[in-house]
This record gives sequence, structure tokens and C-alpha cells, in this order.
Amino acid sequence: MTDLSRRDVLKAGVTVTAAAAGSGLVLPNGVARTAPAWNNQPESNAQIRVLRWKQFVQGDIDAFNASTKKFTEETGIKVRVDTESWEDVRPKAAVAANVGAGPDIIIGTNDDPHKFPEKLVPLNDLADYLGGKYGGWYDVCKSYGIRGNDWIALPQGVNGSCFNYRISAVRKAGFETFPNDLPGLLKLCQALKAAGTPAGFALGHATGDANNWTHWCLWAYGGKVVDQNGKVVLDSPETVAALEYAKQLAETFISGTLSWQDPNNNKAFLSSDIALTGNGISIYAVAKNSKDPAVLAIAKDMNHAPNPIGPVGRPMEQNLQMVAFLFKYSKYPKAAKEYLRFMWEEEQYGPWMAASNGYVSQPLKAYASNPIWTVDPKNTPYRDAAGRSVQNGYAGPLGYASAAVMGDFIVVDMFAEVCSGNQTAKAAAQRAADRAKRYYEI
Amino acid sequence: MTVQVQVAAPIQRRSAASRVADGRNLLGIGFMIPAAVILLVFLAYPLGLGFWLGATDTKIGQSGRFIGLANFVSLARDTVFWLSIFNTTLYTVVASAVKFVLGLYLALLLNNRLPFKAILRAIVLLPFVVPTVLSAIAFWWIYDSQFSIISWVLIKAGLLDHYIDFLGQPWNARWSVIVANIWRGIPFVAITLLAGLQTISPSLYEAAMLDGATAWQRFRFITLPVLSPIIAVVMTFSILLTFTDFQLIYVLTRGGPINATHLMATLSFQRAITGGNLGEGAAIADAMVPFLLAAILFSYFGLQRRRWQQGSRD
Repeated sequence: MTDLSRRDVLKAGVTVTAAAAGSGLVLPNGVARTAPAWNNQPESNAQIRVLRWKQFVQGDIDAFNASTKKFTEETGIKVRVDTESWEDVRPKAAVAANVGAGPDIIIGTNDDPHKFPEKLVPLNDLADYLGGKYGGWYDVCKSYGIRGNDWIALPQGVNGSCFNYRISAVRKAGFETFPNDLPGLLKLCQALKAAGTPAGFALGHATGDANNWTHWCLWAYGGKVVDQNGKVVLDSPETVAALEYAKQLAETFISGTLSWQDPNNNKAFLSSDIALTGNGISIYAVAKNSKDPAVLAIAKDMNHAPNPIGPVGRPMEQNLQMVAFLFKYSKYPKAAKEYLRFMWEEEQYGPWMAASNGYVSQPLKAYASNPIWTVDPKNTPYRDAAGRSVQNGYAGPLGYASAAVMGDFIVVDMFAEVCSGNQTAKAAAQRAADRAKRYYEI
Repeated sequence: MTVQVQVAAPIQRRSAASRVADGRNLLGIGFMIPAAVILLVFLAYPLGLGFWLGATDTKIGQSGRFIGLANFVSLARDTVFWLSIFNTTLYTVVASAVKFVLGLYLALLLNNRLPFKAILRAIVLLPFVVPTVLSAIAFWWIYDSQFSIISWVLIKAGLLDHYIDFLGQPWNARWSVIVANIWRGIPFVAITLLAGLQTISPSLYEAAMLDGATAWQRFRFITLPVLSPIIAVVMTFSILLTFTDFQLIYVLTRGGPINATHLMATLSFQRAITGGNLGEGAAIADAMVPFLLAAILFSYFGLQRRRWQQGSRD
């Protein structure tokens, strides 16, 4: 018999798991994963240009640049990183695709890469490697990254959004925990209004906040703009049900939400005018770091909750997604892929996501164990943003039509018409469907 | 005695080159070329490109094919497009009319003998000179549904019990942006008309007063007729600038609520840049041209010197 006793085998097993756990990679089933092979020889004397969305917090870009510098030191590949506001990256990416020259890698948002997929280098090997090593991609990230059979973009993260609420106000309204269904939410909002601490959700042309909650409400009832084949099905009983629910909800809102753009709900929450809104982690981040004791008190008195679940039975949230894509005109595609792989590896991605202070939620499941989500328990609801999200233009394909419908605020306007009493739910759904048809049915 | 006769200096024949260079035609053309190039490259070419784009289905990032009038046909079915035409027309007509009346009144006031004339005129010009985006942001705060200074003052004075929803109701929003535009645009009209008022010869007024004309008659029979070419010019510019206004709307409402303040310029931007549909956005912008042409033609006929402006029958 060999010298290998049960004790030795157990000891070996523990060491392996400990090593995996020590590296921060505790996967859901506790088993250490071995990474699939990665063979990539970057071109010599390579230099690449990266254009990415402008950071929400300084820590983000500091960590990003530090990792980039480390990459250059290790590989000798020069990298130049430029940042632009995320709304400006979109037309720049499109122009680069059109002209055939520009940054090698662009880290943009949402359906950007689906507007010019034939101009992008397929990233199948990279996506498979990262997915295999880090527990797999969330479904919504796959929707944004894959077109047909190829990965045309590498999902970088999700800018998550949750319900931000004042704990004292919710408790006074009679709720010990935040409701996780729609009737509960309506009751809560009605009680909040009666207590003089109303809710407020944007109904104006607020690109982030208005799209976020109106799409969630529409999808929660099973309504959608298009079906899987891209046929407009917005005019449906589910949509009407969503609109009628929203109308009741809007009756409890603070006045003026029809004029709200993105910053308005932040301002109103931080001045205690409202006790509930939907937002990214920015309200909490500002409140936590404020020098004003009144605002600091709000940070202590607030918490976050995922959007409640509707009749459809599962989370259906709309969030901003960041995606990296590589152009075929790049002179150094292998070097660019190497850069992407490096930045998505745990040693770089982990600290970067932590430095982003909760603004970015991971696209790969293994990164859910990042300490940023537990260092402050109020951050935790933002961790699963990717798992709760569904892609824009649900349930149809991403592309120009889905981007145009978002950009034209068709869903937001539909909800605004009903919530302000300007149209009945049926008429508003009909009008919105007509507007959407102009984009989807060419 | 000999007389010294100064012989005239021999005439120097100028070289052919310098004759040509000094010749009126070529020199004139030479002076015009830089301006012409700038106008062609930065005005004529983009305008032509805009008309071309409006007839294609170009998207951002994708070149398009020629589709003729298909964009316009599609827009004709779009309620938001027709709403934007209504909004733009309402916005321009109301704002321009009020700007004209108030601007003319302000010019008449400033034309009187005043102390600190230069400082007063500089102050009056401020709203127009301040960058539009900055004054728009200030109005955004003034109109805020939670933090408006106007609402706050009225509530503290006991005249109101709730904050005014300036930008949250469609018609409130329309009047609010019109007021902001008027505030910004009065100085342009006022200062230009003031310049015109200063050119009216005082002897005309003296003669009228000797004839026993009232102030209103002096205004109607002297001021207005002499001023009308200038009024035509300034109002044309004012109408053009108001019709194509973008910054004020974009900052205050982004076209909301429910597209009630969407002007053709802001809708064109939303469709072309945010939505990615360059062809359709260009078509919306092209649709502005007939209205603008009408305004220019009106000014053209107003500019012509008519005999009645000099006082005789037309």
C-alpha cells in the first residue's frame, strides 16, 4: 500500500482550497477552479490607445491608471488611456467605426458595439477564458457581449441602481423591512405621502433615473417594447397594467417629478424632501463623505433595497452597462487583447472595483466576493445588479433600434403621459407603440 | 538771367504685375477670398451636407443610402415632430413679440438724458452677454420644483402654500422657458434699437412739436417709420436666434415634460446624436429652413426704403 493515507489526501485538499480562498476566489460551490489555458503572443513594439467612460469617483481612475502602468512595466506595451463622459463616448465610438481610425479599445456603454458589430474583433477566446476562470458571466452581460455566435464586446461591469430609502421614514410608515413586491411598495409610498415624507421618481427626460424605474415597472408586469424577433408588442394588457400601477404610485410622489432630470432626485433626497427614490450609490457616497452633520445623519439613516419583484416573478431591472470592444482597424489586436485580459484578471479588476466604491458591479460571478460589498453592509444590495438586470430593448436584439428607442425616451414619455393624467393608459401605450414602430419596422 | 526750370521726374512705368495686383478687381477678389473660404467651409458646406443627410438614412457610425423624401414622410407620421413645430412656433412668436415691445420700450427709456449712461447700458446688455448655458443653469435653479427662490419668497411672504411647479406641467414649462428666453433676448433688441433711435434727427421731433404733435403721434409718425428698417433687421435676427434656440431648452428641460418644450433644434439633436439617427435629425433641421426663409424674406421687404419712411405718400 502506498504511503498516501486519508489524512494526506485531506490535507492536500485543504491546502488547495485554502490557496484558492486566500487569493480571494471563493466560488459559490467552494471548489477551486483551474484556469483554462491562455496563449497569446502580443506583437512586438506594440502601443495601444484606450478610450473609456469618465470615472464617477477619483479612486476608479487612479486604480485603473495604476493597473495600466503595471501592465506596461510587465509587458513593455505602451498604453494611453483617455476618458470622456459616457454619453460622449457613444458618438466617438460610432465615428471611429465609420472612419476606420481611432482608439484601439473603446470602453463604452449599452448597445454601442451592436451598432457596428462587423467592425469589431471577435473576443471569443478572451471571454471564454475569463468566464471559465471566474465563475461565468451573468446572463445580462452575455446579452450585451454576444451577437450571433461571437463575443463582440467584453462586459466590464454594471452601474447598478437600487431603491434608496430613509430607514426612519419607512419604519414610521409601518414597514420593518423594505417591501419586495409591488402592492407592498404602493402601500409604503401611500403611507410615506401621508406622513409628509413622500417618494420621488423622475418622469422628465432624465437619461439614467427615468429610464431605470420606468423600464423596471414596465418589465415587472411582463410588458415589453419588442419580443424576441424585434416585433413591437408594447401595446399590450401587461403594459396597461404597468401604467395603471405607475399612475397610482405617482399620485404619492412629491410634486414636480415631471421636470426632474438626473440630479434632481439626488438633491431632493439629500435635503430630506423625499424619503424614497431609485438611484445609483451616488447619493450614499455623497452623504457618507459630507462635512455637513445634517447630511451625514442622512447617510446613517438611509439604506438600499433591490427593486421589488412584479407579477412576472423575477427581478427585471434596467441598468447602465459598460462594455469594452476592440476595433478591427487596430494595428496591435493581440496586444490589445492581452491588455484586456490583464485588466480583467483578479489582481487588477478586484482592487479597481473596490476603488470604484460600489459604482461598478461585477460582470463575472466570482467577483461577487469582492470586499467592497461587505465592508459596508449598505453597499451589499448593489452587488447583484448584474444578476437582477435585463438588457435594453428587452426582449429583442440590441442595435440601432433599441438605442434609438432609449434615446427618444419613448417608455419614459409613455409613463409621464399617464402619471400626469394627460393620456389614458391604453392611449399612451398605443402612442408609444406607434413611436417605437418607426424604429423597429423600417 | 537764366530761369531754372525744374524738369518733372521721369514717369515710372509700373510693371505689369504690380498693375494687375493693384487693379481693383483682382485686389478685391483677393481680399474677399479668406472670408469666402470661411463661409464656404463652415457655413455652405455643412448646410449642403445637412440637406444631403436629410435625404439619406445615415446613422452615426454607418454611412447611409439615398432615400429621397422618406425621412420626411416618416416624420409626417410622428406626433412628437408636429408637437415640436407647434412648440417652436409658439415659442418664437410669443418670445419675439414680447422682446420687441419690451426692447423698444427699454430703448426709448435709455434714449433719454440719463446719468451714468454707459454703465446703465452695460448692465442692460449683461443678460445677453452672459453665456447662455450659465444663465440657463441659473434659471434651472430658479425654476426648481423643490428649491425655487421664487416659490420660497412667495411662501415666506404667505402668498402661497406650496412650491410652484414651473417645469413639471406642460404649459407651465412652455411659459417658463419663454420667460427665460425673453430675459436673455431683450438686451439685444434694446441696444440695437437704441442705436437706431440715436440716428433720428432731433429736428424732426422739433418740427413735430412745433406743429403740436403729441408724444404718441411723434412716436407713430416719426420714430416708428424711421426705425422700421432697423426693426426689420433686429427682429429678423431675434426671430432666427429664437427659432433655432437649443441651449436654453436643453439645460432646463431636455425637451420635457412629455416633449412639451421640445423645439425642432433639440428634437433634431435627440434623434441624431442621442438616438444615432443622423438622417432623421438632419431632416428635422432641414424642416426649419422654410420658416427661417419666411422670416428673412419679411426682413428683406422691410429693409427696402419706402417713400413713406421719408414722409411722403408711398
